[in-house]
Amino acid sequence: MEHYNMNLTVEVWRQKNKDDKGGFKSYKVKDISSEMSFLEMFDVLNEQLVHNGEEPIAFDHDCREGICGACSMYINGKPHGPWAATTTCQLHMRAFKDGDTIVVEPWRAKAFPVIKDLVTDRSAFDRIIAAGGYVSVNTGNAVDGNSLPIEKEKADSAFAAAACIGCGACVAICKNSSANLFIGAKVSHLALLPQGEPERRTRVINMIEQADKEGFGACTVTGACEAVCPKEISIANIARLNKEYMNASFSSDK
Amino acid sequence: MTWKQVFTSTIGQKLVMGLTGLFLISFLVVHVGLNACIWADDGGKMFNQGAHFMGSMVVIRIMEIGLFIGFFIHIIQGYALTAYNNSRRGTAYRVNKGYGSKWYSRSMGLLGTLLLLFLIMHIWHFWVPSRITQDLPEASYNPEHHDLFSRMILVFQDPIVVVLYVLGCISLAYHLAHGFKAAFRTFGVHNSRYYSTIKAVGYAFSVIVPLAFAMMPVSMYLGWVK
Ligand code: SF4
Ligand code: FES
Repeated sequence: MEHYNMNLTVEVWRQKNKDDKGGFKSYKVKDISSEMSFLEMFDVLNEQLVHNGEEPIAFDHDCREGICGACSMYINGKPHGPWAATTTCQLHMRAFKDGDTIVVEPWRAKAFPVIKDLVTDRSAFDRIIAAGGYVSVNTGNAVDGNSLPIEKEKADSAFAAAACIGCGACVAICKNSSANLFIGAKVSHLALLPQGEPERRTRVINMIEQADKEGFGACTVTGACEAVCPKEISIANIARLNKEYMNASFSSDK
Repeated sequence: MTWKQVFTSTIGQKLVMGLTGLFLISFLVVHVGLNACIWADDGGKMFNQGAHFMGSMVVIRIMEIGLFIGFFIHIIQGYALTAYNNSRRGTAYRVNKGYGSKWYSRSMGLLGTLLLLFLIMHIWHFWVPSRITQDLPEASYNPEHHDLFSRMILVFQDPIVVVLYVLGCISLAYHLAHGFKAAFRTFGVHNSRYYSTIKAVGYAFSVIVPLAFAMMPVSMYLGWVK
């Protein structure tokens, strides 16, 4: 692909701390290479801000290779920007052209409060996982892989669900700020495997209970989450979550 | 987990929406089927007989109470859920293009409100005179029966009423286009083979049934049915 440089206007949400009201600020960046990543463009912008004695923009990032889920920017009305199945860190500047104005906002959900600028507190996801997104097994020597037969199809679906990186883009785009694509991925991943069986019922009930406590909305299956998920988690996982929830809650003893 | 906990969780509330929604869909099937008798070309006799049966049969009157309860729960729960969901965002996005979802999937509360307004008008037009005030003319073939058919013709001479009914049917079509398939997702249909069939049936249903309903005032206004 041909390389080009561009000048851009970036409108970024700036907010000093969680209590600050915050607002948009407009910045100009020059000579951005089409081969830079989106976060590298932000690095350039931050260098510029530091150079001018201003506070750099706070944003989350860690692996910068699309696997950790830390990066989270709502770019021009879409989480992770214009490309499909791409995290913000894997978005490249060739997605934009010279003279563009790019609006960058943090994830918006009451359950993900803004801490500073583009950084939100996503620990609600951690608490949902802690409520049930695990299996309790004794560790020891690795067992022989073939001692626990799993159908190929189920293994594939479980693996596809396990690809969720917990980025929260699904919550960010959902009109209800529902976390059900994330929870659906986690519940499906374990519900499809024999290892998840012992805690199958308590897991789904506890995870939904925790999500409700955190203040995520109710899923109305609009499909927006699936459309923006960088890991292409299927919305069928939400249906499976609902089924698991019904099975568990209807058959509960008390 | 108590039943209360089950049905008040976010998923439980959606189950309530889906179950009542499907119940109301089953009512639509009965309603459209019965009303289609206006096209029997017999001066409304078959239709009036059907309406008489529905109004005098005790089992159906009891089921009618169930229907009102179904509507009531669907409406109240729908508003409660919409209000809760709308409050979950906090600060609004500056750029909000509704990426990745259909406008009608995001507007179920609005479409439902239009349907509620329609429902009030519709009850006022037909249900109140036939069940409460009883001020309907006698049917020509049997003085015991009401002539609901001639009331329909009368009501649908007003072009504004006809337009409002057609708009009501369009709201219904979009409400169903999302609601039918989404209900089954809520019931846990994750299997793509079943789901694609459900989706196709849902789209067909949301075109055919509202279209049939919309044709009733239209064909009466245009004098196709006399
Ligand atoms: S389901 Fe997709 S969008 Fe949601 S947290 Fe997981 S990876 Fe991110
Ligand atoms: S920084 Fe890790 S996924 Fe983007």
